[in-house]
Formats: sequence, C-alpha cells, structure tokens
Amino acid sequence: MGLKHKDLLGIQDLSSEEIRLILETAEPMKDIIRRQIKKVPTLRGKAVINLFYEPSTRTRTSFELAGKYMSADTINISTSTSSVVKGESLRDTAKTLEVMGADIVIIRHSAAGAPHILSKYISASVINAGDGFHEHPTQALLDMFTIKEKKGRIDGLKVAVVGDILHSRVARSNIWGFTKMGAEVRVIGPSTLLPPGIEKLGVTPYTSIEEGLSGVDVIMVLRIQLERQQKGLFPTIREYARLFGVTPERAGLARPDALIMHPGPMNRGVEISPEVADSMQSVINEQVTNGVAVRMALLYLLAGGGSPHEIID
Amino acid sequence: MKLLIKGGRVVDPAAGINGENDILVEDGKISAVGNNLSVSGTAGGAETIDAAGKLVLPGLIDMHVHLREPGFEAKETIATGTRAAAMGGFTGVACMPNTNPVIDSRALVEFINSRAASEGLVNVYPIGAVTKGSKGEELAEIGDMKLAGAVGISDDGHPVMNAQLMRLAMEYAGMFGLPVISHCEDLNLVADGVMHEGYQSTVYGLKGITRAAEETMVARDIILAELTGARLHIAHISTAGSVDLVRMAKKRGLNITAEATPHHFSLTDEAVGNYDTATKVNPPLRGEEDVEAVREGLRDGTIDVIATDHAPHAVEEKDVEFNYAPFGIVGLETAVGLSFRELVEPGILTVEDLVMKMSVNPARILGLVKGTLKPGADADITIIDPDLKEKVDISRFETKGKNSPFGGWELKGLPVATIVGGRVVMRDRRLWQENDKIRNTSGG
Repeated sequence: MGLKHKDLLGIQDLSSEEIRLILETAEPMKDIIRRQIKKVPTLRGKAVINLFYEPSTRTRTSFELAGKYMSADTINISTSTSSVVKGESLRDTAKTLEVMGADIVIIRHSAAGAPHILSKYISASVINAGDGFHEHPTQALLDMFTIKEKKGRIDGLKVAVVGDILHSRVARSNIWGFTKMGAEVRVIGPSTLLPPGIEKLGVTPYTSIEEGLSGVDVIMVLRIQLERQQKGLFPTIREYARLFGVTPERAGLARPDALIMHPGPMNRGVEISPEVADSMQSVINEQVTNGVAVRMALLYLLAGGGSPHEIID
Repeated sequence: MKLLIKGGRVVDPAAGINGENDILVEDGKISAVGNNLSVSGTAGGAETIDAAGKLVLPGLIDMHVHLREPGFEAKETIATGTRAAAMGGFTGVACMPNTNPVIDSRALVEFINSRAASEGLVNVYPIGAVTKGSKGEELAEIGDMKLAGAVGISDDGHPVMNAQLMRLAMEYAGMFGLPVISHCEDLNLVADGVMHEGYQSTVYGLKGITRAAEETMVARDIILAELTGARLHIAHISTAGSVDLVRMAKKRGLNITAEATPHHFSLTDEAVGNYDTATKVNPPLRGEEDVEAVREGLRDGTIDVIATDHAPHAVEEKDVEFNYAPFGIVGLETAVGLSFRELVEPGILTVEDLVMKMSVNPARILGLVKGTLKPGADADITIIDPDLKEKVDISRFETKGKNSPFGGWELKGLPVATIVGGRVVMRDRRLWQENDKIRNTSGG
C-alpha cells in the first residue's frame, strides 16, 4: 500500500496504518544516512522545492538533505529573496512553481492553512513543514519514529507534552499522532497557554508539572517564545522557568527510563535545564537524525514509492 | 402609470392583513388593497403582475449593509450593491459609514444620497459615524448628518471602546431620536482573533475570538442605554449570552433592539472547514448552542430584525491565507432564501414574523415611513414565491463580492419581484430594465 493522500497537510488526516507505513519506510532510510556514501538514485529526476516563509535551520536543512540523499533536485526558496517581497500572493507563487515542474513542494508558513491553499492550486504534492499554530506533521512523525525506536512501541505509553500548547503546531501534530498510535497524552502548561477544548482531542491537561510528569514514559518539552510573555500570557520568563521548567528533580518524577525530547531550538535554562537536555535519557540529537530519515520516507512515498524494500539498491 | 398585482397572499401586519388580495399602485403609491381590483378605465400603460400563489409583502429593508462607496469601489459600489439588493428582494438598504472617507459629515451623507439618487436601484438610507473618522475620539456632527438624512449612527467595524464617549453619543443622539447602532466587540478581548474561540479554533490553530468579546460590550451598552435613555440597537448578535442580555434588558423595559444575520442563524464554526475564507466574518460564526440561541431569540422576539451585514470584498482579497483575509460575508442575495430555509420552513417564524423582522421593525427603528402596504404608502413591495427552488450560484451574484459560504445551497422561498416606489426593478429572478417593461406592456 501507499499513502492515500497526494499531500501531507497534517497528522489529523492520516490513519494509524499510514503513520505506521511512514515509520516503517523510514527505517531503511536511516540505514542510508549511516552509509559512507549517502546517496541512492530513487528520486532522480524529481524536483523538490523548499518554500519557506519563516526562518528555519533544522527543518529546511533536513528536507534538503533528505531530497539530496535520494538524488532529487532540491531548491530552496526563502521569502526574503523571492517575489513574495514584491507582494506576490501565495496562489500565484504556487502556480509559478507548478508550471516550472515541481513534483513536491514543502512549505513553512506563519499562517495556519497556507499549505491547504497551496494544495488547492497545484497538482504537485504538498508537505506541510509547519503552518502557524496548526500542524507540523513531519516533526510528529520523527518524534514517533524516535519513540518507537527507543521504546519498541508507542501504544500504551504515557507521553507528556510540556509548554506553550496554545501556540504550538508541534503539540497539535504530536497530540494527533500519539493518540492515533494508542499513547496516553498529557499536556502541561500555564492555564493561559492551554487552548480551549483541548480535552476533546483526547488528552488530559495539567497545570501542575509535578502531577503531569509523574510516571510518564516520554517528556516532550516545547520551546517557549519570549513574545508570548510580552503579550502578557505569563508574567516573566523567570517565573515560567520556576513553575514549568523541566529540571532534573521534575524529570525524576517520570519513569526512570523516560525519554527527554525537544523539537528545538532549545532555550536552555528556561523550559529545560542543561542537565536534562544533556542527560543520558535525552534523545534530542537523535530526533534530528531521525528527522532526515522520516522526511526521506515521506518524499519517497509521496513520489509514488510503494514497498520500502525497493529503495535499498 | 399603474401597476396591478393580482391574486397574491398579502401579508401586511401593520394593516392587519394576511390573505388573498389585489394591490393597485398609482403614481408610486399604493392606491387600493382589496379583492377583484381592476385597472379598467385606464387606457394602456398599466401593467399586471399575476401573483397567484405568491406572497406580496411590504418592501424588505436591510438595515445593515456595506455599499463600500466611496473609497472601496473594487469591493462594491452603490450601483452594484443596490442591484444585489433588488435581486435579494430588498426595496431599501441602510448603508454603514465605514467607507473612505468615513461618512461623518453632512457633505458625505449628501454624497451618498446623490449617488443613490443617480445610481441606486433601491432606496438607500445612510447611517452616519458616531465619531469623526470612526476613530473613537470625538463626536461627529451627528445633528447635521441627521438634518441631511442620516437614519442612525454607528461606528460599525470600529467599536467605540471609550465608554464615556459612547455615553455622550447616546445622550447626544437621543436629542434627534436617532438610534445608536452598536457593533459590540471589545477589541482587547478580540486581540488578533480570526474565528470563534473553541475546539475548532484549537484544531485549526487559528486565534480564537471569545464570546466574552461581544457580551461584555453588549452588557456595557445596555447599561449605558439605561443611563441615557438612548435608543440602542445591537448589530449582528452572535452569542447565546448576548441574546440573554438583550432579553433581560427588554424585560426591564429598556428601549433596546437587536438584529441577527442569516449566517449567524445558519452556520456554526465548523463551516470554517478547510480554511474557507468565505466563512471569515466578524463577529465569527459561533457554536451550535449560539446558533440555537439566536434562532430562539428570533422566535421569542428578543431579536427584532434580520439584517445581512452584507460585507463584499474583492475576490483577490479573500483568496489568501485565512489570517490575512478580511472579515465579511455577502448576504443580500441569499437572505430571503436562508430565512425561509432556516426559520420559516422549520416553523421558527411565520411569514408574518418574517415581515416584521425584515420590513416593519427595521423601518420603525430607522424612523422610516415604510413597512406597510396601506393605501397612501410608498409602493415598496416584495413578492416572494414560497415554492420556488434555486441552488445558490455565486457566479451569478449581482454584488461584486463573491465571498459567500452558501454556494451550492438549495434554497426554497425566493423573491420574484422587487418594486420600489411603484417601479419594478426585479422580476422573475432578474433585474428589470426599462426596455423590458416596454416590451412587457406592449407585448401583453
């Protein structure tokens, strides 16, 4: 089987079977990354375009490398050097890329739903690399891959997501993904950063980090953005760190073998203590490696690939 | 010039008529209502409309419309907006002052009146701004605007955040008997919200607008209206809490009225669907319980008026990311059909109630001598075929704005004639030109 959709706009749209397929396909991809010569011809002749309307280091580089390792022609467009600064609409930009022959367009945008507009206007596959507060599906996929790799399963695990849930696309994609794969999900944060109706997504909200972290298998720490404090959503960064920072003591409330995860970039000393980020339990760097593998799997599947065994040589 | 409308069911609550009658129109006025009227004795020039099986109503008035002229002619003009009104069965529209420049002086009210006289297909009633430039800083020349023909005042789209200024506006407008039409929204609570705050906004990752943004201002304005004795009209009520507040205020005998839009009684926030910018509107589409409350408010009389808040935008302005799209839904051409489908058909309103909310009450609130078909009244008449079905085809809209979430909806109960001052401006679902009339009369 392949993916049922032409695009990956969000984890919300995926079935658990599709998620499983992507994660399984990512395993041989990871082997490729570990080789001396990291190149397979699988996507030769395919044009992959990174269309980034927001700054990004790891996601953009990760997609670019994923494409290059599979011999696709990858091109990066960042809005500061594109015709977007001349006022071109997303619709027209989309059309332009389409007529130049793009096969896959990867979009990062500050407005939720921007990938949906793109997918409406082009026949190329669209991958959402993060849209506003909506979703960041490839982040959730790499998080799930990492958990599955370390724990052997996702089903039945207790996962805590800590931080600014309200403004986090990572949180939303993770919640969809983890719950679809059978995990028990908790969200932890100040009440002003927990979105309304969040329980309806099948998660349990906590405003006490001690309660929320108790006995969990995975701690997913989210980046806290300074601008949220400026908007008055919490009093100070200092108080946030004091009440919601993941310190060694708090991490100790989780299971002894709990994984520490963070989508990056980290504010060390704010949402996560350096000791926790660099601890034996931390898999933050592996998340990044796995990000490339998962994105290779996605490009492969969206380009029409079927069984992952064909890729190896 | 005479016009005879034969055999329709005339529903004229102000005259206590609800039954089969003929209506004779002479020189732009209703000259007779009764059975078996004829135009015998007139030598040609008389036109007969067979209205058997149709509803013949006092001309509908939409008291909340954005005609966008002057300043935003790419969105709408007085010409195109009144064509849309005629198609929608409206014989009159009140236009909001948030144009560029804002309608905040006699000269600008006169501009609207003069454009309406030359370009308008239906009656146009200008609403003046509460404050100069709708900036919320100092009162506009409300008295002078009233003398020039303004029918109400409103800073629609730019709520008056300063409570003292709103109090003064109410006291001052009271002198002229002008209604103060309040767009109730606390801008601090709205922040940069783009849709209703709730489960859907959480899932879509869009900034929510809490019900409290509207309700705190409804409460404030009710309290100020009680203090000042002003005639307060609450625009586009959207939440269950607001409906309750107005209901309580009315029970206490305050002189308060309220309106609801077809989109707020027809759709919930689930309609936002795949980031459909046609559903982006202010106040936002709310939850199921709010839609129910608005319908109940219409049923029990808490909500006096159905008004569209017709807010056209250029296609390219709406064809963008949801966050960047302007707020607004066009409503003139779907209002009657939606009211029949969502309110009359399920038995929430009778046709008589509908006439109250779309003609009699708007006329009373704006101080217009309209809303009846009594002999001597202006011959503003809307004829509706309650059985006519049509699928909403946005590409055929007369308005320049194509921002409607109702495309493809099957509507039953549609206007088939719009008559303004005795002149037929729409008939058989199309605009009626001068030469159509000649052809019709000469060809029989």
